[in-house]
Parts: sequence; structure tokens; C-alpha cells
Amino acid sequence: MIRLQFDKVSKYFPPVRGRRDSEGVQAIKDVDVAVEDGEVVSLIGPSGCGKSTLLNLGSGLDRPSGGNVFVDGQPVDGPSEHVAFMLQKDLLLPWRTIRKNVEFGQEIRGLSAGERRDRAMHFLGLYHLDGFANHYPHELSGGMRQRAALARTMMMDPDVLLLDEPFSALDAQTKMVLQADLARTLQEEKKTAFLITHDLVEALALSDRVLVMSRRPGRIIREIIVDIPDRNDPMKRRQHERIGPMMAELMSLLDISKTAEEMAA
Amino acid sequence: MSQRDAAPCAPCAPAPYLTGHEPVTLEDAKARQWSWNFIFRGMSHNWVLSALIFTVVFVFWEWGLKILEVEPFIFPRLSKIWEETVHMWAESELLRHTWNTCLSVIIGFVLGSLLGALIGYLFGMSPTAEIVASPYILALQIAPKVAFAPLFILWFGYNETPKILVTVLIVFFPILINVLTAVRGVDPAMVSLARSFNASRWQIFWKIEFPASMPALFSGLRIGATLAVIGVTVGEFVGGNTGLGYLLVQGEAGGNAGAVFSTIIILTMIGILSYCLVILAERWVLRYMPKRKFGDVNN
Ligand SMILES: Nc1ncnc2c1ncn2[C@@H]1O[C@H](COP(=O)(O)OP(=O)(O)O)[C@@H](O)[C@H]1O
Ligand SMILES: [Mg+2]
Repeated sequence: MIRLQFDKVSKYFPPVRGRRDSEGVQAIKDVDVAVEDGEVVSLIGPSGCGKSTLLNLGSGLDRPSGGNVFVDGQPVDGPSEHVAFMLQKDLLLPWRTIRKNVEFGQEIRGLSAGERRDRAMHFLGLYHLDGFANHYPHELSGGMRQRAALARTMMMDPDVLLLDEPFSALDAQTKMVLQADLARTLQEEKKTAFLITHDLVEALALSDRVLVMSRRPGRIIREIIVDIPDRNDPMKRRQHERIGPMMAELMSLLDISKTAEEMAA
Repeated sequence: MSQRDAAPCAPCAPAPYLTGHEPVTLEDAKARQWSWNFIFRGMSHNWVLSALIFTVVFVFWEWGLKILEVEPFIFPRLSKIWEETVHMWAESELLRHTWNTCLSVIIGFVLGSLLGALIGYLFGMSPTAEIVASPYILALQIAPKVAFAPLFILWFGYNETPKILVTVLIVFFPILINVLTAVRGVDPAMVSLARSFNASRWQIFWKIEFPASMPALFSGLRIGATLAVIGVTVGEFVGGNTGLGYLLVQGEAGGNAGAVFSTIIILTMIGILSYCLVILAERWVLRYMPKRKFGDVNN
């Protein structure tokens, strides 16, 4: 069963009215993606190629200018309760304690205070944050804040998780710990996930498939099936012998050597 | 507060998660205690130097002026100012006038703040309303507000209303501008987050925009607290027979520099007091914020 589907999706940003230097941008063009139930699919591509744009369309926060987005076969025409997203920015509200931040989504949905609290404490425990329930976000490290954001996302009990470079602001070690947390959760809860990243190892370590997007206007130019076991254990997967060759292939696809030359020139 | 203080001291994070940024809970809780030293928190003053300078100023004001033989009607000595204060207390109902001014400051400040914040949030939420009203608001902002005092007296007569109106007008703008800027400056990603949970426009306001505007609102309130004293004083200058502004005019008419100084000092103290009250409220409302340094006057 297909959980998330982009069907010939295009997005054109028209020029800003009243600004003479502003041009329209064709961010993505005819993107076809289908993510099966329980599947984890990563999307990589040069920056500015339209990855976040695609994710915004998936979350229902923005509308495509062409094509259709479906969640569980239903066309997306606004934010859906089956979808939750997580960004590079943790978006914790500074005036709320960590627990209240985790509760935020369910508070808006109108879940009762008691139930909210219990569930928030459950997820805080799951991500090793139970000692920080009554702390404010600024009192936590970047890694802990991002775990709180993950707890807030999981608290919504979504079928589909949209993740936009969720760990790219973290240091290497913290990142690996969080990747492990995420991989474990995705496997245990059988969640479907669409993960945008610019970290090739992260893409390979966490997902079942990796999609490569071209420069703008973004199109899917390649799909790599990551048929390596241990999707729930990225630490182990990283060391698998087939990761190396896959990395090499991705690097050549992304023209990384060419980009480096261009930048040097 | 109590909830925070009772927070467990984070024993639970296993070793791999420790990143060297873990907060020191107990000290945090103590530093947040609601108390008077709250207000001076972060003032890393050199107390000895401050005391020294204070003494020098004090000594000069009293005995320096005497040695230099400055005329008391130009610049009175401290003892003379004190004498005048006692005299005004006994003869001119100083207490009643002071209380009257305080009351006007409070009423004008509260009304001006409410109005400024209300319109700030309204404009923040409705760009159309702002576009329609902004030329008038701008004109009114540029106009010297105190110049409206005579007009208000013509309209309302010699009573409390004109000076309160002047105060409302003066307090209104910094708060309006700060609130408006803050609501406009809310991180759109935070609004998107709320929208992704299907939050209503009203929920987005109450749960994101309003709390996000608190720091800016309080910056506005701080400015407003000092401006309120100016507004009331000018209002009392121009008309009426109550308040410290009236005593100032009386002092001037009688060539009594001591009385003028005394009144200025009391007005300053009212200003400081209202400023401090705003800071106390701010410290309480914004207790979630990382600690800021409060030593400087202009933060
Ligand atoms: N709201 C918008 N209005 C106009 N242009 C936009 C908007 N959002 C993104 N773009 C443009 O679309 C292109 C793709 O952006 P984005 O999806 O953020 O790229 P990526 O996430 O892959 O780095 C960029 O050129 C960006 O400038
Ligand atoms: Mg992006």
C-alpha cells in the first residue's frame, strides 16, 4: 500500500509583485515519488534543488502548481493528521517547558490535559529526556532539543514522517546517536518516512531507498535500493561493506568532484 | 515557580547523551527566586567604586556648593532641598500631590499600554488594517504629543482627564511599534508548525504570536513607564491645580529652586519606581528566557 505519493508534482514560485529584480522560480518539475507503507525513503540533491519545497507540498502547507500529492490515497488539500514533519530547526517554543512543547500538537488537537501529560512523559522517557520535562529549551543542548522535537513529532502518532535535514545542525557524535534513535523508532512503530538529507552516509544508513534529485528545476534522476540488513541499527549498517561502493555512485551522480572544481575556479 | 523548583535534577540521561551543555538545575532555580535582589541580578558592579562616587557627589552637592558660594536660588544645597521638602510636606500637601501624580501615571500608563498593545496586535494580524491606518498613526507619532495638552484642556477643562490623555498618547506609540514589529517578526516556521497541527488563526495568535511578542512588549513597557511620568508632568504644567507638575510651576513662580529640585527628585523616583516595577513583571513573565545581563541602562 502506498502511503505517500507525489504524482507529476511541479512547483513554480511566481515573481514577487512590485519587485522588479524578482524572477519566477521553477523549483521542481514533474516529480514522481511513491513511498510504501513502512518504508523509509531518503532524498538527496544539490542545495536549492527543491527538496524542502517537495516536503512542504507533502505536509499540505503549500499547494503544487501542477500534479497531485496523495497520503493514503487521499489527495492532500491541507495539513493532515496522518502526517507530521520535523525540520533542521527544532522549533521548540522558548516560553514552554520541554514537556509543554512535546504536548503542543496534541494541545491544539484538543486532547485532554491529563492524557496529554501522560503521553508526553512516555515519549520523553523514550528519548531519554524525562529528567528535563520541566526545563526550558534554552537550558538543553542542541542534541537534546532535537530529541524533544522528535518526541513532539512522534507524539502526534503520524503514519507518515516528513524529515527535512533533521540532524544537519548537530555535531557528528550527537547526530549518530539521534540517527540510531530515529531508526529504532521507525522500525518499532512501523512508520513510513520521507527523509531529506545532504549527508550521503545518513541516507544510506537509514533508508530502504535513496532518491537523487537534479539541480533546479528538481527532478528525480536516480533511485538506489539499499538492500542492506539492519535498517534499525545505523551504527552497524554504516560499517557494511556495500556502503562504500554506494557512496561512490552517489558522489558521481551528484557531480561532487565537478562542483568542487567549479567552486575552486 | 514551584513547579520549576521541584524539577528533578536530571539524573536520567545516560552517558552517551551528555554533551557538556547540561544545565545546573538547582542553581537555576535559586537564581530565579522571586525576591528583591532579582532586579539587580547580573549587575556585576564594582560596589566600592560606586559608593565612592556617590559619596563624592553627595559631599560636593552639600559642602562644595557652600565653599563655591553658589546662590541657593540657582542651585540649592542638599540640606536646603530637604528643608523645602519638609516645608512642602507641611504646607503644600506634598503627599496628596505626589499621590495624585502617581495615580495619573498608573492610569495613563495602563490605558496607553493596553491601547498600544491592542492596536499593535490588531495591525500585526491584519496587514490591511495597518495599511489603512498607518498614515494617520505615523502623523500622530511624529507630532509632539505634549503639544496636545492645551487642546485637551480646551476640550475637557481643568481636571484629571487632559493629563491622562497626554500620557496615554505618549505611552501608546513605543508599545504599538514594538508589538507590531514582534508579531511581524515571528518565525514563520513556528507558525507553519502550528498550522501543520491544523491550528486555527486564533490558536496561532494565542499560542505562538502573543507569547513570542512578550520580550518586545516589555521593551515597549519599559520605555512607556518612563514616558508616562513625562506625560503626566507636562499635563500638570499646562493646567490644573494638582500634582507635582503643579508644584513645579508654583516653585518656579515663587523663585524657589529648592522646591523645584525637590519636586524633580520625587518625579525621578516615581519614574525609577515604575521602571523597576515593569522590570520585575518582565523578569517574572520572561523567566523562561536565558539570563540576560541587566547592568546596562539600555537593555
Ligand atoms: N516561498 C518561496 N518563494 C519563492 N521561491 C522559493 C520559495 N521557497 C523556495 N523557493 C526557491 O525554490 C528553490 C528550491 O528551494 P528549496 O526547496 O528550499 O531547496 P532545497 O531544500 O533543496 O535546498 C530555491 O531556488 C528557492 O529560492
Ligand atoms: Mg532545504
